[in-house]
Formats: sequence, C-alpha cells, structure tokens
Amino acid sequence: MSAWPTRLVFALFGLVLAAPLAVVAGVSVNEKKSLTFPPEGFSLGWFGQIFTDGEWFHALLASLGVAALSSILAVLIALPIAWFLWRWHAPFARIVQVLGLAPFILPPVITALGFLAFWSELGLYGQPWTVVVSHGIFFVTLPLVTLTLGFDAIDPTLVEAATTMGADDRAVLRTIVFPLIRPYIVSGLAFAFVLSLNEYIVAYMVVGFTLETLPIKIFNALRYGYTPTMAAVTVLFVAVAALVFGLIARFGDLPRLLGAWSHRDE
Amino acid sequence: MLGAFFVVPFGIMVAVSFFHRVPGGFYEPAFEFANYERFLTAFFGGVLGFSLGLSALVAAVAVVLAFPFTYLLVRRPRRVQVIWLVFLLSVLSLSEVIIGFAWSTLFSRTAGITNLLVAIGVMDQAVALSPSFEAVLTGMVYQAFPYTVLVLYPALSRLDPTLVEAARTLGASPFRAFFTVIVPGLRNTIVSTLIMVFVFALGSYLLPQLLGRPQQWTLSVLITDQAIYQSNMPFAAAMAVFLVLVSLGLVGLSLVLGRREHAQ
Repeated sequence: MSAWPTRLVFALFGLVLAAPLAVVAGVSVNEKKSLTFPPEGFSLGWFGQIFTDGEWFHALLASLGVAALSSILAVLIALPIAWFLWRWHAPFARIVQVLGLAPFILPPVITALGFLAFWSELGLYGQPWTVVVSHGIFFVTLPLVTLTLGFDAIDPTLVEAATTMGADDRAVLRTIVFPLIRPYIVSGLAFAFVLSLNEYIVAYMVVGFTLETLPIKIFNALRYGYTPTMAAVTVLFVAVAALVFGLIARFGDLPRLLGAWSHRDE
Repeated sequence: MLGAFFVVPFGIMVAVSFFHRVPGGFYEPAFEFANYERFLTAFFGGVLGFSLGLSALVAAVAVVLAFPFTYLLVRRPRRVQVIWLVFLLSVLSLSEVIIGFAWSTLFSRTAGITNLLVAIGVMDQAVALSPSFEAVLTGMVYQAFPYTVLVLYPALSRLDPTLVEAARTLGASPFRAFFTVIVPGLRNTIVSTLIMVFVFALGSYLLPQLLGRPQQWTLSVLITDQAIYQSNMPFAAAMAVFLVLVSLGLVGLSLVLGRREHAQ
C-alpha cells in the first residue's frame, strides 16, 4: 500500500485514541474549578493540589507504596518459578503458564471477589497489607512472562562452559544467569508496577474501606461531582505509564516481549 | 504453589456461593441453591442477555478496527512499531476509572466534543452524549482496542510476508490480497481473538456505571454491587461462579482453536 493512505489511517487512530486524554489534559490546566474545554486561562495549580491537599497526597502515597511493594512481591514469586521451569525443563511448564495467565484473562471482578472471600474467611478483611499480597499474586503473570523469555534467551553454551569449569548451580546463577536476566527482571517489575498503580477493582474489594488508593479516590470523588484534581491525577497516570513503557522500549526489546519474532528485525 | 494461590480463593468463592445469606450481616455456612435460583429470574436473565450481547458487539467492533490496523502496523519500520506499542500499552494500562472519567468528560455538555461541532457550525448547541448506550459502547471499544491489537500482534507479526507478495505478483490489489489471503489464512486467530476480547469486555465493571444508565449495567457491575453495597456475598459469588464458567469455557475454546492453527 502506498505511504500516505497508511499514514492517514494511523493519524486517525492516533487522534481517536488520544482525544479523551487530550481533553482531560486541557481540563486539568483550567484556571477555574469548572469542567470546561477548551480551557479558560492556564494554571498548574491543580497539579500542585495533588501534593498539598492531604487527602490526595495520602492516596498518592498509598498507591505508590502498594505498587512498589506488590511489584517486588510479584517478581519474588515469579523468579523461582521461572528459574525452576528453565533449569529442570519441567514438562508442566505450559500448564503453569496457562494457570498464571488465567486470572489475567478472566474478568477481574472474579479475582477481586475471590480475594475478598479469601481474606474475610481468614478474618483479615480490610488489613491494608492484604492488597499488596493480592496485587502481587494478581500481577505475577507479567514478571513470569518476561522472565520466561529472559531465561529462554540465555545461550546454553555459556551455562555448559561454566559447569565444565566446575561452577555449581549457585555460581552459575550468580555469575551468568542473574546478569543476563536483569533487564527482564526490571521490565517485569515495571509492568507490574504500572498495572498495580492503575488497578481499581481488586484494591476496592479488598481494602476499599480502609485504604484509599488513587483510582479509588478518583472514583469516590467522581460520585460527589467533579474537581480538576482528578484530571491532573489522570494526566500524571498517563505520563507515568508512557514514561515506564518508553523506558522498557528504550532499554529492552518491546516487540519481542509482546510476542513478535525478533530475528526478522536483525 | 502458584496453583494454590488461585485455587484457594476460587474454592472459597465457590463454597460461599452455596452459603446462606444472613440479612443485615454476612453469611453462614449452608448448602443451598437459592442463590443460583435467584439468578434464573427474569431480571437477571435480562442483565445476562444484555451483558453477553454488549460484549459480543464490543468484540466485533474492536476486532474489525484492530485487525487491519495491526496488519498495517507490523509492516511499519521497527521504530514506528515501538512508538505505537508504547502508546497502546499506556492506554491499556489505564484504570477503568480514568478511561471512564476521560470519556465522560469528552461526552459532557460543557467540555465535550459537541462544543467542537458547535464551533465549526455543524451543531447549534452543545449537548451531553452520556449517559447512553452509545457512550458505553464507545468507552468499551476504546478500552478493548489496545488489548485487541496486542492479542493480534504476535500472530500478524509472524505472518509470512511472501504470501501477500505472491498474491500481489499474481495481480491481486492490496485490498484483494488482504481479504482473500490474509483474512481466510488467519481465520482461527480471528475467532480466538474475538473470544478473548469478548471475555475482556465481559469484565468491564465501571464503564457501564460511569457512561450508562442502570438499564445498561452488566453482570460485572451487578456482582460488584451485590458484593459491596448489598453485602450479599453468596449471591455475588454465585454470579461470579457462573461468569467464571462461561469465561473459562470460552478461553479454553480459543486455546484449542489457536493450537489447531499452529499445528497446520
């Protein structure tokens, strides 16, 4: 197909995908506390309010804390599983992968309800830390996928060479495996972090009444009407996601992570 | 180990779905089908029918839009692909709360697209476009589009480019090559993607609330509503079990279809 109709198609898709975000960005710099577009005046005050208004700032800290801890937890769960599957060429690797994917493909409401039932059965319903564990398990798929790809990319002759020279499993892990899969650990961590930051339903069902994360705060605020701070927070979220995925793309192989063949591009 | 993490909460949920609800309180252990019976009433039957229909429509629209888009995308230079993938992932990772808020702003009377139409003289007066069925549909397609592209991306990027070249050499136009070679060749991929997006759309729990009227609430919304606001866990669990069964069945079907295509 010639170049310009294709460009036009892409421009059109880009425009529609960006439209709601562009309007929110416009609304977020409104000077007055009203929902109008195009914006009247220009002010970054609503962004400042995220940090100065106690409630919003608290929600921001809660979100960042949950996202950081749960993404680390997800990697800590995924790392031994991915290592085990790679080291022992486990025949049930495929089953584990499908099981890991299941909660991700199924409607999130189901997972959320499952966790709610689980924690209330244990008598721990509402404890702030339960959301960290729930997210860590819910998002374990992401580091599991990136790490599986990372282990697959290790040249087996390197491991063989080390073993021949007398290195045991632990030495191989420390000197060869770990340095090679580090970028995959980071990208798994980053994926889980961004998704946990944006996750609403699991957090809401598990700790909705005791801990207010940013998505919960936005939803609660929406019910009582509009404040421009929501728009500012939304812009912040889009920026964080774009930054993180941009960094993954800059330092890693994003098409390969998403399932494209890599050798075609070489 | 991983299995236990998921199987235990799901098991408890299944058990709870048979429990007896204590009005005003939580629930007590029992074994009764009351929750499932209630689900079979006309009201919930209507909600179920609406949810399935809406999700099917969302899946169809998303795939019709995303398939040609992805087909064009994998032919672009790598750098362009990466930029688009970053953009799509950013949209996909956004919370439903944020997507719902963004679209309700775009559909609002004071800050919406109708203002633009008024400005260029197409319309006389700005109007609110939500809540409405169309608003729900647009929001859900928007949410599903990046997901659909990313599900299609591996299959389309692995597609043998010589197939199209052969068709073109034999004199087919690009459109003809697309519809007679690519689409039939990837029939199973398309069907399994439709199923995946259908299940994805079934999970939408906030957009129908934020962009629609109560008539447009889906099963996922009702589950949330029963669990949190009506604190009727057994009934919510019964609906969730039903949703799991439908979803798992469909996902299994799409896996089988996907495998058959690889085997060919």
